[in-house]
Amino acid sequence: MANSTDPRSNPRWLTIVQYLIVILFTLFALYPVLRVFTISLRPGDMLHSTSLALIPENWTLQNYIQLFTQEDFLLWMRNSSLVSLFTTILGVGLASTAGYGFSRYKFKGRETGLITLITTQMFPLTMLLLPLFIMLVKLKIYDTLIGLVIAYTATALPFTVWQMKGYYDTIPVSLEEAARIDGCNEFMAFYRIIFPLAAPALVITALFAFMTAWSEYLVAAVLLSDQNLFTLPLGLKQFQSNFDTQWGLYAAGALIVSIPVVALFITLSRWLVSGLTLGSVKG
Amino acid sequence: MCCICLIVNVSICGTVIMSSVTYTFRDFWAQAKQNRLAYYYILPAFLVMGLVVLYPFVYNLILSLSNMNLSHFLDWELVGIRQYVKVFTDPMFYSVLGKNILWTIVNLVFHVVFGVGLALILNNPLKGRTLFRTLLILPWAVPQYITALTWRGMFNYRYGAVNLWLVKLNPVIEKVNEFLDPLVGFQMGLPPYEWLSTPGGAFTAAIVANIWLGFPFMMIVALGALQSIPQELYEVADIDGASRFQKFRTITVPLIKPAMIPAITLGVIWTFNNFNVIWLVTNGGNPSDSTHILVSYVYKAVFTHYRYAYSAALSVVIFLILLIFGINFIRKTKATKGAY
Repeated sequence: MANSTDPRSNPRWLTIVQYLIVILFTLFALYPVLRVFTISLRPGDMLHSTSLALIPENWTLQNYIQLFTQEDFLLWMRNSSLVSLFTTILGVGLASTAGYGFSRYKFKGRETGLITLITTQMFPLTMLLLPLFIMLVKLKIYDTLIGLVIAYTATALPFTVWQMKGYYDTIPVSLEEAARIDGCNEFMAFYRIIFPLAAPALVITALFAFMTAWSEYLVAAVLLSDQNLFTLPLGLKQFQSNFDTQWGLYAAGALIVSIPVVALFITLSRWLVSGLTLGSVKG
Repeated sequence: MCCICLIVNVSICGTVIMSSVTYTFRDFWAQAKQNRLAYYYILPAFLVMGLVVLYPFVYNLILSLSNMNLSHFLDWELVGIRQYVKVFTDPMFYSVLGKNILWTIVNLVFHVVFGVGLALILNNPLKGRTLFRTLLILPWAVPQYITALTWRGMFNYRYGAVNLWLVKLNPVIEKVNEFLDPLVGFQMGLPPYEWLSTPGGAFTAAIVANIWLGFPFMMIVALGALQSIPQELYEVADIDGASRFQKFRTITVPLIKPAMIPAITLGVIWTFNNFNVIWLVTNGGNPSDSTHILVSYVYKAVFTHYRYAYSAALSVVIFLILLIFGINFIRKTKATKGAY
């Protein structure tokens, strides 16, 4: 499309410089991931190797096998999966209804509500952690996965409510009006007509809630102390305290944990961004 | 100037209170009846937000005016603004705040320069640009705690990839030193460097990790904005004989600004409060608490030193700093309320 007579096309030297910069940054972006891959393949007696080769000598899957058979990795994975699953269900349920309310009704406190949601993004997490910790102890849901699910749902809500509201805004109100004429009540019009139409936004909301819960470290570190309830971030952090001996296990675990979320994220990045920018400022 | 800002800030914060004062309860009830269903839709979400965010927020405010610590855990009482006085008279607060501001500025500058620069390049018809774009998002997609722990490993003194590569560059550095020394009487130290056991090294390591994970967001936002600029504008500019730089300054910059400003605002808020990276890369502010930003400093005060009331007050101060900064952002949202 760009030929040399096109005034917009760049001179050749500039194109070469551009390729060099992009390749350099791509290497920068990829290198830590490749390094983790390399270390995950190292045999146990080579963890202190200073080699920079991509595929280590005598490479082995020993770390992966040990992770699944001798460590609590499956337990952490079960805990993380449960927490993420319930966070997703709760998050989608709450965001899809709240977003609808904000999109369709002009009620008192609507704007305040929307702005409150944004303001909570400025709370330093430590400000909420101490009271939350005390509260969960009092409610006797400290050191349970339920406490974690509720905390994560609240963390994901501001973004997902705005996201859902933005999507409902694009669905014409005339659809509900037609449904009302056909005899639906107000709630049925939402549940039967609009809710299914919002499927794309629901998928984004679900995945966002899932990823929030899957990758969170700090809240889990404060709210969980029972080793049997540890989620993946807490488990992997344990390997790090012993980096000299368990570097390979950490690397194998990190790869397994990251691959599904990275794949999801890259597929969805386009919509996540449009949600962020649409949600904040239109223009 | 500052006063005006403050008044605006207060007036926006006060909207909530004002509107409930000017509206009598009966008026409110009348419209609430009409919009009953709206409140049903929103209630469940706000119950959860109330439980996890708003109630702790208020509780934290109360704690910040109390004397709660390990020796006054159950029998704490309100003691007024004593904790706030402690925060503002503690020299450590200013040193950590300074580091926090430095941390935010350095990170954001690199995020924006790298992000926008790459977006400008990827906006050209390069071969394989979809592949490059996908690979460049990777750092953003990796869970943050994994990024931080991985970079901590990469900065390990003996086995970390950073030092291993730098040692390979030793001959180059020696050449540079040979050249520099007679000129300015200054020599660079030879790698391997003590990254994680020196304050400057550990802080640099955390910044590198954070730059790595942050530039893709700016890149994607900028790329989206660039792609929505109509090509005709550049064609018209070409006819008028505009130079490459003129086109950039008069078309590109003003047209990506509306997307970049909210992105940068969000970036500042996220980076300012980014606990994960600083905490996990420096393993809790090591060496000897020299690499804290405010959130990690508070975390340590709460969960290592049990200074509950003091930490609550410091948390409120952090929030207010961000709120004053973020008001601008909220006001923009308000200004476009016609659109939502």
